[in-house]
Amino acid sequence: MLQLFLLLAAALFAIGLYGALSQQSIVMIMMGLELMLNGVTVAAGAFWHYLAPASVAGQVILVVVVVAMAVEMAMGFAVTTAIFRARDVDMTDMAADLKR
Amino acid sequence: MTNVVFWILAPLAAASGFMVFVFNSMARATIALLVSFLASGGLLIWLGLAYLGTVVILMMIMEMVIMAVFMIAYMMNPAGLTQMSMYHNKRGSLAIGTATFVLLAAGIFAAPWPHRAGRAPRDPTFQLGTALMGPQMLTMIVLGVTLFATMVAAVVLATHRGRYDRFGDDLKRRPPADPVRGGVDG
Amino acid sequence: MVGSAPLWAVLAVPAVLAVFALTAATADAVLAARAAGQRVTWTVLAAPLAEVPRLLAAQRRTTPAPDALLWRLGLAAIPAAGVLSAVVIPFGHVTVSRMSVGVVWFNAMEVLTWAGVWMAGWGPNSVLSLVGGYRFVAQGLAYELPLMFALICAATGAQSLNAADIAAAQGHLWFAVWMPAAFAVYLVSVYAFSFLGPFAYPAGRDLAGGVAAELSGPDRLMLEAGRWLLLTSGAGMAVPLFLGGGAGPALPPWAWSAVKTLAVLGLLVWGRRRLPVIRADRYAELAWVVLIPLMIAQALAVALVVLTMGGPP
Repeated sequence: MLQLFLLLAAALFAIGLYGALSQQSIVMIMMGLELMLNGVTVAAGAFWHYLAPASVAGQVILVVVVVAMAVEMAMGFAVTTAIFRARDVDMTDMAADLKR
Repeated sequence: MTNVVFWILAPLAAASGFMVFVFNSMARATIALLVSFLASGGLLIWLGLAYLGTVVILMMIMEMVIMAVFMIAYMMNPAGLTQMSMYHNKRGSLAIGTATFVLLAAGIFAAPWPHRAGRAPRDPTFQLGTALMGPQMLTMIVLGVTLFATMVAAVVLATHRGRYDRFGDDLKRRPPADPVRGGVDG
Repeated sequence: MVGSAPLWAVLAVPAVLAVFALTAATADAVLAARAAGQRVTWTVLAAPLAEVPRLLAAQRRTTPAPDALLWRLGLAAIPAAGVLSAVVIPFGHVTVSRMSVGVVWFNAMEVLTWAGVWMAGWGPNSVLSLVGGYRFVAQGLAYELPLMFALICAATGAQSLNAADIAAAQGHLWFAVWMPAAFAVYLVSVYAFSFLGPFAYPAGRDLAGGVAAELSGPDRLMLEAGRWLLLTSGAGMAVPLFLGGGAGPALPPWAWSAVKTLAVLGLLVWGRRRLPVIRADRYAELAWVVLIPLMIAQALAVALVVLTMGGPP
């Protein structure tokens, strides 16, 4: 049963990775990142339940992952808004300033 | 513990997660992501983490609705009325995604998972709360400071007007020059 | 002691909620008739109940190129939010779900209206509906945090997230008496998440009905019924959170729960016609600048009281 949960987590992670790598628009990349963190959430919950339910560390990891999701979304949208205001685009291909 | 709940929620989470990148309509893509999160939250509640599962559901509904507002604002084709394909390196990403899944699945089945150590406490929420206020206080402080920094940084990045735009160069103009009148400051 | 209800009680929750919601809608119709100078006859009293079969049989309106999936899903989510949030409300000594995190579940289910109303506004591909849906999201961002803090105040006072425990902790003093700011903000937020009364901005008359502009037939029934169910669920949750639950001298506990719920509903229905509609952008500044610090101060006060007295007074 643990392995089924972890398979679901791996599937969500892989789908999110595919999305984050293949999408051009910043908000779609963020949706891929959210899916990856979703997979990590499910995996952390399964680990807590099936391996170490007496320990509180599993729950604390879940709290940290959920907070990471919120932080990522907030900063992602702030950066998108700033880029959109500056250049009127929202695609990563046009934000390649640090590339040589 | 019947497995029916798992076999309903888990394929729903994975399938709606995949549909996020298949839908042409951005509104539908966001709602598909919301459904995926609701299924994950349901799985967490089923695993016994009542508080964390409910908090995931609560947070993700709010986050996805806000994300929908941003998607409609920034993406072309929000209603999916035309075909759209905004990919780069689709084949490569698909290969990397599939390879990651195969690698993780191999690890999942090959790893010698230990046995369950201990039983769940009667109230996991209480255990989490006392831990975050006691032994895990460092985590709590770091999360709090990170969230505060995020709020400040996001507002600084996103807003293009500051105090001097609102109150004039000498900060003395009342009421402030806002495009829309506020409810407190006039 | 609060026991878990038998399985058939799951069907009783929408039924009981519907009865209370119908009572509230009838009271509202009576007040509307009196405000218009009409005599209150049996026709006026029966009008809300008669609306149900009329709307079910009426023709559904369609628009060009709607997003039918999101439209129907959104409209279904609004009454579903009302019913699902009510499963954790203890009625007397009986509650359908003895969730240890009942208050958080109530909050999560009423947040479902955010998704529901936005989708209902997006679905019909109509300008006024879309504006109504976005107005609700703006209003939601404003009311949600003060509501969360008000719920946290009640939970901190009883040191539990279970609604029945919170009701049981008010044996000596109702929470509405010693945390009045939380109670007031909670009642205001009930108006906000059911977008009635002063918060009817998303369905306002200046938008020709806003979210409800393109609805007729069963769609309209789902929206209107959803609003009244949400108001009733909010009023029902106020009873164990702030008004002592089913405790009272002479009557059995379920009767006291019913009486207190009807009292809160009466107050909300009366206030609906007295208060002007607040614009979401003005309320947003008020909520973030005034109400959130007020609620944090209230939570601090509650926590100090509980710590010094070892429990609720």
